[in-house]
Amino acid sequence: MEALAALLLRDMRLAVRVGGGALVGVLFFLIVVTIVPLGVGPDLALLARIGPAILWIGALLASLLALDRLLAADHDDGSLDLILTGRAPLELAVAVKALAHWVTTSLPLVIAAPALGLFLNLEPGAIGAVALTLLVGTPALTFIGLIGAALAVALRRGGLLLPVLVLPLTIPILIFGVSASNAAIVGPVPFGAPFAILAALTLMSLVIGPFAAAAALRHGLE
Amino acid sequence: MGLIDLANPSRFLAFSHRLLQALVPVTAALFAVGLYLAFFVAPDDYQQGATVRIMFIHVPAAWLGMMCWTVMSIAALGTLVWRHPLADVALKAATPIGAAFTFICLFAGSMWGRPMWGTYWVWDARLTSVLIMFLMYLGLIALWRAVDDPSRAGRAAAILTLVGAVNLPIIKFSVDWWNTLHQPASVIRLGGPTIHPTILLPLLVMVLAFTLLFVTLHVSAMRNEILRRRVRTLRLMQAEAA
Repeated sequence: MEALAALLLRDMRLAVRVGGGALVGVLFFLIVVTIVPLGVGPDLALLARIGPAILWIGALLASLLALDRLLAADHDDGSLDLILTGRAPLELAVAVKALAHWVTTSLPLVIAAPALGLFLNLEPGAIGAVALTLLVGTPALTFIGLIGAALAVALRRGGLLLPVLVLPLTIPILIFGVSASNAAIVGPVPFGAPFAILAALTLMSLVIGPFAAAAALRHGLE
Repeated sequence: MGLIDLANPSRFLAFSHRLLQALVPVTAALFAVGLYLAFFVAPDDYQQGATVRIMFIHVPAAWLGMMCWTVMSIAALGTLVWRHPLADVALKAATPIGAAFTFICLFAGSMWGRPMWGTYWVWDARLTSVLIMFLMYLGLIALWRAVDDPSRAGRAAAILTLVGAVNLPIIKFSVDWWNTLHQPASVIRLGGPTIHPTILLPLLVMVLAFTLLFVTLHVSAMRNEILRRRVRTLRLMQAEAA
C-alpha cells in the first residue's frame, strides 16, 4: 500500500515538473477547439449544436496524445523493470500509474472544458453536462489507453500504432459521452440513461484495463 | 489425434495436407451448387429484382467476418492460457482472412445499397459496427507488421484480440443506441417478413460453402506461416554461422 502511494505521488510529481508535459494536453485541447470553428465556419448556432461533440473529440485526441508518456518514460529509464519485479501486484501498480496519469493529464482537460465551452456558444447547463460527462468518461479513456500503452511498451513500438489500436475501443465512450451531453441539452432521451451507461463503461474499463495491461507487460518484457 | 499431437508443426503439416486434400474439392463442389442455386434457381425478389442475389455473397461474408474474430479469440486463449505453439500461428493466419471477408461484406453491401437505398453508405448501426470491426482487423494487422519477433507479436496480438472480443458486443450495442437516437424509424432493414424457402436454401448452401472456404484458407495460411517461420529461423541460423 505504501509502495503504491509512493508510486502515485512520484508519478504526479514527475508529470508536473520540467519535462513532464502535463499541461501540453490542455494546450492541444485548446488548439483543437480553436481549429474546428475555423474549419466549419463561425456560425454560432451550428457551434452550439456540435459543441459537445467537439469538446469530446478534442478531449479524446488530447488524452490519446498523452498516452505515449504513460509507461514509455518508465520503460526507458528502467523503473518499469523495478515495478515489474517489485512486491506490489503489477495490476495495482499499473492502475495507480494510470490514476496518476489521469489526474495530471485528463483532469486538467475536464477543468478546461467549461472555458472552452464558452468559445463554442454553449449554454451554462450544457457546459455543466459536458464537464460532468468528461469527468466520468475520461477515466475510461485513460484505462483503455493503458492497454495500448502497455502493448506499445511490450512491442517497443510507439507512434501511430498506439492510437490506431486504441481509438476503435474508445468508440462506445465517445458515443455515450456525447449522447448524454446532448440529452441534457435537447433531449429527447433523459440524461440519466446514457450517463449511467457511460459510468458503467468507465467501471468496466477500470477492471479490464489494468489486467490486460499487466498481462501485456508480463508477456512482453519477460 | 488430439490438439496436443498437433502442437508439433511437422505433424500439423502432414495432417493439414490430408485435410486440405479433402476440403478443397468439397468446398469447390459446394460453391458450384451454391452459385448455381443462387443465380439460376432462386427467383428474383418482387421488389428488389436481381439485386437480391448480392445477398448470397453479402450475408455469408458478414457471418464469416464475425466468426473469424471468434476463431481468433479462441486462438488468443490458446496463446495466453494453454501456450499452444500453433495458437499464435492460427491467430496470425486468421487476421487478414477476417479482414478480407469483412471488406467483401462492406463492399457487397455498398453495391447493394446503391440501387436499393439510393446511396453507397448510410450511418446505419449495423453498417457502422461492421466498419469498426474492419478497422480493428486492420489495427491487428498493423500490430503484426510492426514487430519482427513473431512470438512477441503473437502475445500482444492475443491480448488485443481478447480485449476486442470483449469490446465488440459493447461497440455493437452502443452503435445501435447511437443510431436510434439520431434517425429513428428510417433504418432500412433486410427481409421484412421471413425469407422464402426458395431464397433461404441457396443462402444456407452459400453460407456453408463460405465457411468451408474460410477453413480451407485458414489451414493453408497456417501452413504458409509455419513454413515462413522455418525459413526465418534458417536464415537467422545462416546469418549467425556466417
